[in-house]
Amino acid sequence: MVTCKDFLSELNEYLDDECREDVRKELEAHLNECPNCWVICDTTKKTVEIYRGMESYPVPPAVHDRLLTALRKKCEAPPQT
Amino acid sequence: MIQRVGQTSEFDEAVLVAQAQQGGAEAFTELVNRYERNIFRLARHITQNPEDAEDVLQETFMKAYEHLVDFQGNSKFYTWLVRIAVNQSLMKLRKRKTDASVSLDEPYDTGEETVTREIAVWDPNPELTYSREEMREILEKAVESLPPVFRTVFVLRDIEELSTEETAALLNLSIPAVKSRLLRARLRLREKLTRYFKRKGEDLFGYM
Repeated sequence: MVTCKDFLSELNEYLDDECREDVRKELEAHLNECPNCWVICDTTKKTVEIYRGMESYPVPPAVHDRLLTALRKKCEAPPQT
Repeated sequence: MIQRVGQTSEFDEAVLVAQAQQGGAEAFTELVNRYERNIFRLARHITQNPEDAEDVLQETFMKAYEHLVDFQGNSKFYTWLVRIAVNQSLMKLRKRKTDASVSLDEPYDTGEETVTREIAVWDPNPELTYSREEMREILEKAVESLPPVFRTVFVLRDIEELSTEETAALLNLSIPAVKSRLLRARLRLREKLTRYFKRKGEDLFGYM
C-alpha cells in the first residue's frame, strides 16, 4: 500500500520517468485514489515545465561588448600551449 | 556552417572548439554568442546579484579561453563552461555572504519535504492572468527565495537541464543528495507558485 508520504518521496522519479514499471503502477493506483497527491503531482509537474520553458536573460549590450573587448585583448596573445 | 544562437549541434560545437583551440578568435566569439545568455542566466540565479553575474560571465569566458587547451572533449564544451561558471558563481556567493547559510554542505534533512500547506489546482492558463514580465518576475522571485543549497541544484537540474550525475559532479554532492535537494526545491517552488497560479473562486482541496 502506497501512502501519501511514499508517493511524495518517489515524486521526482515518477515525474522524471525514472521509476520501475511495477513502482509506477503502484504510484498511479495511489494517484487515482488520492486527490491531494494528484494535485501535488500535477502542480509539481507544471512547476518543472514552466521553469524549463523560461527564457534566458538577454545579456545587456554593454556587458556583451565589455566581454568581447576583454577577449580581443586576450586573443592578441594566443592561448597557452 | 553558422547556426542560430541557442541551437546546439555537437558536431558544429566540436569544430568551433577545435578552431578556437588553434587560436581562432572568430570561432571563440561564436561560442560566446551561443552560450552567453545561458551562462548569464545561470550566474544570476546562483549569485542573485546582477553585478556579480556580469563579472561571472566575463570571468567564465576569460578562463575558458585561457584554459582552452586543457579542454579534452570528454564532455560537451557547454558542460565544461557551466562547470567554470558554477565555480565562479559559488565563489561570489561565498564572498558576499559569509554566514553559514550559503554553505552547500549545510544539513538539509529537515523532514520538511512532506509538509505541503497549499494544495489547490492551478488555473490552466496562468499566462492569461499575468503578462510575460509578471510571469518572469514571479518565477524569479520564487527561485530567489530558495536557500542556496536547494536553489543551486534546482537551477542546474531543471533550468540548465543537466543530468543528476553531472549536477552531483559539479557540486561535489552525492547522487542521493542531489535527488533529495531537487525534490525539496521542486516542492517549495510548487507551493510558492500555487499562491499565484491557483484557480480562483474555489478552494479545492484546501487542506490535506
